[in-house]
Amino acid sequence: MKTLTEKILSRASGTDVSPGDVIEVEVDLVAFHDLTGYHVIEVMDKVGARKVSKPENLVVAFDHLVPPPDVKSAEIQQAVRSFARELKLPNFHDVGYGILHQVLVERYVMPGQVVVVADSHASTSGALGAFAQGMGASDVAAIVMTGRTWLTVPQPFKLVLDGEPRQWITGKEVSLELLRVFKADYFVGTSIEVFVNEPSKFPMDYRLTVANMGIEMNADSLIFIPDEVTRSYIESMRNVKLSKVEKPDPGAKYVDEYTLQLNNVDFLVAAPSSVDNVKSVRELSNVEVDMVFIGSCTNGRLSDLEIAAKIMRGKKVKTRCIVIPASWSVFKKALELGYIQTLVEAGCVVTYGTCGPCIGGHFGVAGPNEVVVSTSNRNFVGRMGSPQSKVYLSGPAVAAATAIAGRIAEPGEVL
Amino acid sequence: MNVIRGRVWRFGDNVDTDVIIPFKYKARTLDPKELAQHVMEGIDPEFPKKVKPGDIMVAGRNFGCGSSREQAPLAIKAAGIAAVVAESFARIFFRNAINIGLPVLEVKGVSEKTFEGDVLEIDLAQGVVKNLTRGLTFKATPIPDMLMEILRKGGLVNYLKERRLSQ
Repeated sequence: MKTLTEKILSRASGTDVSPGDVIEVEVDLVAFHDLTGYHVIEVMDKVGARKVSKPENLVVAFDHLVPPPDVKSAEIQQAVRSFARELKLPNFHDVGYGILHQVLVERYVMPGQVVVVADSHASTSGALGAFAQGMGASDVAAIVMTGRTWLTVPQPFKLVLDGEPRQWITGKEVSLELLRVFKADYFVGTSIEVFVNEPSKFPMDYRLTVANMGIEMNADSLIFIPDEVTRSYIESMRNVKLSKVEKPDPGAKYVDEYTLQLNNVDFLVAAPSSVDNVKSVRELSNVEVDMVFIGSCTNGRLSDLEIAAKIMRGKKVKTRCIVIPASWSVFKKALELGYIQTLVEAGCVVTYGTCGPCIGGHFGVAGPNEVVVSTSNRNFVGRMGSPQSKVYLSGPAVAAATAIAGRIAEPGEVL
Repeated sequence: MNVIRGRVWRFGDNVDTDVIIPFKYKARTLDPKELAQHVMEGIDPEFPKKVKPGDIMVAGRNFGCGSSREQAPLAIKAAGIAAVVAESFARIFFRNAINIGLPVLEVKGVSEKTFEGDVLEIDLAQGVVKNLTRGLTFKATPIPDMLMEILRKGGLVNYLKERRLSQ
């Protein structure tokens, strides 16, 4: 009787694993972006070997500072680009494809894989039923060179999502509700396995947001048990047929279990400066806002842009509003469906797939004392720019309503 | 790697990587000296000036949560901090610290009973932390053998170099 985490790690290590074991595993997919890639290559050079054990298992996508806003960023990209050419990497995505985590789930990740990314939001790939962890540059360099790494088998926790979320409530509100209930450190050392009782009521975009926020819950991993939604997402994106996928055994043992009734989840916001400082929108309705950001690996997907467009249609924004689709494919679909036109007509600045202001990199860095509502994943001091700026994290509907109202608002207040 | 003795700087729960070293410096440099000039700025802008080589950081739960940036432990190490002792660590930070050769110890109960300026003595091999100022002894969660080996070699780069040479 094994959990999904135990099954994946048993397969990857060739041993029969239990929670708490320190094991060595084969990594199925490893990835880095422009910034961590630069450091990964530096570590490889220090070790004295530019060697990629399995080039087909390595994915590189530029997303952090793209297109480069300064000479240093351009140099970093030149270095990683020439590494990719030198080693003839088959899965290299230069400026233009989008955010690494989104590129991974659209094109590469399969259920049951062990995925390691040199970026903490690696957890995103857990939405497809993979065991996905972020690691630092040295660990990732070692994986690139050897194909292997060590890890501790986490304690399994069962999370059940029951019912259907109310209108405009998405994976972000569900993530914030979990952070409200459990706080940011409860899941340290834990693998959260998520069972969706009614799969079609909790679509893949919502799952990707929850998995992405798994690292904000400080879980070792967050895995959605693969179901028909997983299957149809992968098959429609990649023109492949999915064979049988691994699931936990019935009767597998979990250290604890929690059921979240989705229809009870409210509009929530994480107030400055921690992800678990969660409040209802009503408590914050007099907070005036300078800038709204809709995008990032957390909430830059098609359904996020659809929600924003529906709320902003025919209206004008009162704040600055930056919109960044998470990938080329999201951007293209949003163009075809008219969402981009609606958002531009409402006064949003729309640009293409990059991390942008989420990391305080470019395309809307926050100045001193500015108040930002962002659909991204972290509101730590200085995260989006000045340490004196204030960042509130929300889902796409609250962000769009806030841009229209000029203060933190629920969609019902502007529709 | 034998016994570390140093003065304590005390921090709270959930110290994140953005306050340890903000992205704007991470994006610009991998230079340990420059990173050290901005370490912990998000909590105390004066910290980089106050910290002395050999000092020890003591913190609460989930130390180092957030980004996978290796510059976070690198900045702490470059500032001269000899070890970080916390109730618990975020997973990625813990790995990164070991990988760059910064000793990190998980010690339950230490943060309530240790105060700024106390002197700690850490025996890494034995996993024992003593608060010399208050006459208290704590037991650390054991570090797996392979990680101790990486620490002894001064980090993962040296560890991999040796493995490569021996192959």
